[in-house]
Amino acid sequence: MLTFYTDLLCIGAGLAGERCAVEAAGAGFEVVCLSLVPARRSHSCCAQGGMQAALGNCAMGEGDCPDIHFQDTVKGSDWGADQEVAWLFAEAAPVEMRRLAHWGVPWNRVEPGVHTYYKGGKPFEKEELEENRGLIHARAFGGTAKWRTCYASDGTGHSVLYTMDNRAAQLGVQVHDRTEVISLIHDDGNCLGAVARSLRTGELVVYMARATLIASGGFGRIYRNSTNAVINDGGAHIAALDTGVVPLGNMEAVQFHPTGIVPTDILVTEGCRGDGGTLLDKDLHRFMPDYEPEKAELASRDVVSRRMTEHMRKGKGVPSPYGDHLWLDIRHLGEKHIRTKLREVDEICQYFLGIDPVKSLIPVRPTQHYSMGGIRTNKDGAAYGLSGLFSAGESACWDMHGFNRLGGNSLAETVVAGGIVGKKIVEFLKGSEVSFPTGIVREQVTKDRERIDALIKGEHGHENVYDVREAMFDVLEYAAGIYRNGDDLERGVGELQEIHERANRIGLKTNGLGANPELALALKMPGMVRLALCVTYGALMRTESRGSHTREDYPERNDRDWLSRTLATWKEGASLPNLTYEDASPVYTLPPGDRGYGGGKIIPRDAAKEDK
Amino acid sequence: MARTLTFHIFRYNPQDADDAPHMDTFVLDETESMTLFIALNRIREEQDASLQFDFCCRAGVCGSCAMVVNGRPTLACHTKTADYPAEITLLPLPFFKLVGDLSVDTGTWFREMYQRVESWIHTDIEFDSNEQEARMENDVANAIYELDRCIECGCCVAACGTARMRQDFLGAVALNRIARFIVDPRDKRSDAEYFHIIGNDQGIFGCMGLLACEDVCPKELPLQDQLGYLRRKAALTAIGRKGPKNPQLP
Ligand SMILES: Cc1cc2nc3c(=O)[nH]c(=O)nc-3n(C[C@H](O)[C@H](O)[C@H](O)COP(=O)(O)OP(=O)(O)OC[C@H]3O[C@@H](n4cnc5c(N)ncnc54)[C@H](O)[C@@H]3O)c2cc1C
Ligand code: SF4
Ligand code: SF4
Ligand code: FES
Repeated sequence: MLTFYTDLLCIGAGLAGERCAVEAAGAGFEVVCLSLVPARRSHSCCAQGGMQAALGNCAMGEGDCPDIHFQDTVKGSDWGADQEVAWLFAEAAPVEMRRLAHWGVPWNRVEPGVHTYYKGGKPFEKEELEENRGLIHARAFGGTAKWRTCYASDGTGHSVLYTMDNRAAQLGVQVHDRTEVISLIHDDGNCLGAVARSLRTGELVVYMARATLIASGGFGRIYRNSTNAVINDGGAHIAALDTGVVPLGNMEAVQFHPTGIVPTDILVTEGCRGDGGTLLDKDLHRFMPDYEPEKAELASRDVVSRRMTEHMRKGKGVPSPYGDHLWLDIRHLGEKHIRTKLREVDEICQYFLGIDPVKSLIPVRPTQHYSMGGIRTNKDGAAYGLSGLFSAGESACWDMHGFNRLGGNSLAETVVAGGIVGKKIVEFLKGSEVSFPTGIVREQVTKDRERIDALIKGEHGHENVYDVREAMFDVLEYAAGIYRNGDDLERGVGELQEIHERANRIGLKTNGLGANPELALALKMPGMVRLALCVTYGALMRTESRGSHTREDYPERNDRDWLSRTLATWKEGASLPNLTYEDASPVYTLPPGDRGYGGGKIIPRDAAKEDK
Repeated sequence: MARTLTFHIFRYNPQDADDAPHMDTFVLDETESMTLFIALNRIREEQDASLQFDFCCRAGVCGSCAMVVNGRPTLACHTKTADYPAEITLLPLPFFKLVGDLSVDTGTWFREMYQRVESWIHTDIEFDSNEQEARMENDVANAIYELDRCIECGCCVAACGTARMRQDFLGAVALNRIARFIVDPRDKRSDAEYFHIIGNDQGIFGCMGLLACEDVCPKELPLQDQLGYLRRKAALTAIGRKGPKNPQLP
């Protein structure tokens, strides 16, 4: 069996993984990154909008500072965020953007003079100062008091990831691509590495490491409809959960974006609505003002997604072979505006739908977009439960996003957290020695190999992996979507438990040889159902509405009982996760209050406890 | 509407001793707005679960899904079946090592490529976290960005006659990468240093200039301009004169 030894093993070669890798390699340690795809194809490359940092260089960002960024982030999180972490983040973000500039990112820069910008579809003029010429520019994004989203045209994620991967290559970081982690190797209290399967040959490969980082991105693909890349299926979350001791935090906090296109759920930017686009139903009626007379289409992401769903439930959706959807209308913005300011939307419509948005309506529906939950870490990025295990980026619940993350804050998180956690990993590596007991390694590999053999031979049954996945999709759709309620969640949990049983009886239809894709899915299918149960069961128990988590039967945000973070662990052989809770934040620099948008009732922290 | 599509798909699993390269045929009902991403996934889920192909973003930005569709290298995810006849033939990209069926190993080739061209900023300036960022004109930033847009899909190399004849050819993609660093004022390499990498038959002099690369590039990168520019600059650098300005710069 092929075995590699290294100082730091990064599971994931997206922005978060590579930023940590660069920090450790820069300090002289050996680093191996694993990835399902070549590093540059990681999902980070898809982010187009940009990343937030309070540089305050542009006219609309004047006076910005980390303190305002911190406040926006905490409000955005609906006070679910760890405020110490949100502060660390806001303070470090400007330095990280400058560092990226030094490494080669072609950020858009300030051009002095009077410029025409748009707000709510209307143009206005603003002068950029000569003294700021050539500094990093910023654009507007939802939920921010200032313009602070740094960008490289419409390909921020692409440019930043390519720059980071260049830097990693320069420092000699190795990337083993087409390699999928299927389990962690650990003894009672320490993480020792991981077992992976080669997606070229199907062979198992062992990685032994003094420190292990999970930076595997989101797990949006447990949902049928998602803007996430098809590889974002939670494989490394499953490996962490299956240790039985590493908790996942706030798994019920799932963000939905209002405008994924139908059928492929590719994202079209919020900018469409920002510039004056409207949402129409099957009768071509503009329905948002009926629900939100003031803000209409410009209410926050979670609010618009909720209203769209409510309207479709009333039978106002447009039927299609891919399910119901609504229309996004940007025709009135005119050809010039669409072909220039919304060039990327124009391209998506032409390429993927074969329609011209200047003349046609765009079919859209709310779609799973971001996982606020993930591997729970402390502020240093160290996972709970195992020494030597870290996590950063979307896979982590570091927790600066709480129950709703702001646009532009997650791409920034990957590099900021990567820098901070990377330094902590270096400190850890300097102070640690480990021995690798061969018995434990052999035991884990044997276990994984037996799972593979059983699937190929159909030892436990002949359930079809795709049928099981469809069944899981169905449940998440009705129970753990945008609106949730006790009855559906309870039924959902019960059904998922049955689906979990079925997932344990999957048998392959193919021979399973080589990079066989059916085997790859079958290996993680039971784990994906466990993740779905963490989401659904967590949502059932959380009897309040906060950020993206909306309970129809508990519409208030309940700070008295739920100013807390859910922690889910899974004991081997169990049929449900074990849930415990901790305080959402160790300190409250910004005391819980109203977010200022998408408002609902709040039960204050100091309200009298009800008799239960 | 409601056509029936016939897919002829190249099949070979190199890890299966009993397998040999062959073509398989699959039949599928066409649906509205169908792309090859949707079609191939349906074939895998409903007809043959062993079919190998690569998609990642399925939105035309990550470069995973390049394959030869009815004779032409392109991104499968943004290929609509409606634009094709009812018979569609799918082959893996040539030139790259085959992983299985429609899946090829572009990752290894591209990583070697960017190690060869040293695809990073060469500078002796240390980053100072207390300093404001170094300034740059927005026009220059935009010029760099235009050349930075390559998604390493491999279409250009797969379509290139030279690459088919010599495996060590760097390809239009690497030459474009060099051009990207030449326009970047942060990279302090001299012209001579750049041409040490590409001023040979593996680089700029191997290119026959037939421009299949630019024709197939899904990101419509200005490869033709860059190849021409580098060739002239290389010649002038060789005789010790300063080369022309990149057409991308303002
Ligand atoms: C369409 C879209 C647009 C977005 N736009 C923006 C934006 O404009 N601004 C913003 O702030 N955020 C945006 N986001 C969110 C942001 O892009 C992501 O949160 C962020 O890129 C995640 O980066 P990451 O490094 O954590 O993970 P990723 O970039 O997803 O990388 C994950 C890595 O882990 C690897 N991996 C996964 N599982 C395994 C396994 N089992 N074994 C081995 N390797 C594994 C993958 O191969 C990959 O290399 C957007 C998200 C989407 C979906
Ligand atoms: S122009 Fe040069 S690089 Fe492009 S396809 Fe022809 S030979 Fe290849
Ligand atoms: S230059 Fe174009 S065709 Fe070649 S790899 Fe880059 S994006 Fe693909
Ligand atoms: S899947 Fe990303 S470009 Fe096609």
